[in-house]
Amino acid sequence: MTATTPELKNAIEVRNLNFYYGKFQGLKNINLDIAEHKVTAFIGPSGCGKSTLLRTLNRMYSLYPGQRAEGEINFYGTNVLDPKQDLNLLRARIGMVFQKPTPFPMSIYDNIAFGVKLYENLSKSDMDDRVEWALTKSALWNEAKDKLNQSGLSLSGGQQQRLCIARSVAVKPKVLLLDEPTSALDPISTGKVEELVHELKKDYTIAIVTHNMQQAARCSDFTAYMYLGNLVEYGTTEQIFFKPQRSETEDYITGRFG
Amino acid sequence: MDMQNTSLLYRRRKMVNSIGLTLSMAAMVLGLVVLLWILSVLFANGLAALDWNMFTQSTPAPGTEGGGLANAIYGSLLIVGFTILIATPIGVFAGVYLAEYGDQSKTAELTRFVTDIMLSAPSIVLGLFVYAIFVAQVGHFSGWAGTIALSLIAIPVMVRTTENMLRLVPPTLREAAFGLGAPRWKVATFITLRAAKSGVITGLLLAIARISGETAPLLFTALNNQFFSSDMSKPIANLPVVIYQFAMSPYDNWVRLAWGGALLITMTVLVLNILARVFFREKVAG
Repeated sequence: MTATTPELKNAIEVRNLNFYYGKFQGLKNINLDIAEHKVTAFIGPSGCGKSTLLRTLNRMYSLYPGQRAEGEINFYGTNVLDPKQDLNLLRARIGMVFQKPTPFPMSIYDNIAFGVKLYENLSKSDMDDRVEWALTKSALWNEAKDKLNQSGLSLSGGQQQRLCIARSVAVKPKVLLLDEPTSALDPISTGKVEELVHELKKDYTIAIVTHNMQQAARCSDFTAYMYLGNLVEYGTTEQIFFKPQRSETEDYITGRFG
Repeated sequence: MDMQNTSLLYRRRKMVNSIGLTLSMAAMVLGLVVLLWILSVLFANGLAALDWNMFTQSTPAPGTEGGGLANAIYGSLLIVGFTILIATPIGVFAGVYLAEYGDQSKTAELTRFVTDIMLSAPSIVLGLFVYAIFVAQVGHFSGWAGTIALSLIAIPVMVRTTENMLRLVPPTLREAAFGLGAPRWKVATFITLRAAKSGVITGLLLAIARISGETAPLLFTALNNQFFSSDMSKPIANLPVVIYQFAMSPYDNWVRLAWGGALLITMTVLVLNILARVFFREKVAG
């Protein structure tokens, strides 16, 4: 099934996507559109393929021999799955934040400057501005501005995760992929990250994988329910949570299954 | 009946447990006793030899009084120092290749296999090898030959520790760096190698500890020199070979110096091991 949203511009269009971990098929004929400047949530039980789908969008799977994808992923006119696709460039334009915070073993400042330096040659003062901008965007500036030279590892878990978001934001990608970004965080940090997602969608397209259905309901515009590598149902978050078309979706949403 | 059975089983289990505990305690005590024995003999004999002359005077000629180990200490420092200069870059780069680039490729598998063989190869074989391809060709023993032989021992240690330490870096850290669009060499040098830094330094210290007591490879290569020399292209004095030659000599002052040298090497290895532990603990603490 294809879920289309004709009135919106699509950042990413997934067509007939199949994904294999060696012989195991992790994704089965996925078709969906991710709308620009919206938050699209992927929900479903563990192992349903939602993280796998996210990892095909920036070709993260290409790091591992034996994993391969077939089909087409259209990202502003280029096919992400094209073997000739420059992966570094692609990943600079489609940023990713992971389940566990992954600060680099360097200062808070350098954590953010690292990605920027890869593609831009900024003066010291421009870089300072960029670091401040990214940290402000990620609601971390007030907490971090007095310790920019301290190790990123000195921050709390929630702050580390916002640092990782700042790091991705700093390179000004088009799309942000968030892979269960709050599952290792306490409720207050989770709240901050969710607020952040809401803020960031003004400038970025966001795809978020989550185990927390309330989270999907709270912060997404579109929701995709996946099960066993299939896209079961996809639509506006309101539709999925209040008027699901399929009984499997309803069972999962209401907690009767999963 | 049921109760009785259980209690019988229980008593039997307790008995087997105490036998097992006793046996493992006995093995532990035996190991510890032997170790302490070695150390006490070493200290008893070595401390008597320890004086200022040991560090200032060169090895004595046969039949002369006094003397020290200055030339051997200096020679050992030179050989080990150059070995580290050669082995560290090769070992670290090869380790990075295995962990970050090769991974499961045929070349990487072969490299790991060869490295493992080198790790367990008797050091006398490596010494003989360097003798055949270098010393015999040049026509004389030299400090460089000793450096090559020790490098052959140190490189595989560095390769494997570097690889293992890099593998301890969580894959998500690597993915996070790739996720920003970083090319592989930047991920390897700026992120993973930096994250594994203290582990790699630990490996380096353990490699130094490993080679500083090696005797067999030096017998075939650096040999020995009675005089103070810093010429690496000539035979050069070094602690292990001096200990080997002096310990079995008929001269009392030579035997005394051999004990002193043995104590010196042991203390060096001990300090290196302690340093390695401190570095590694820092890593684990984050």
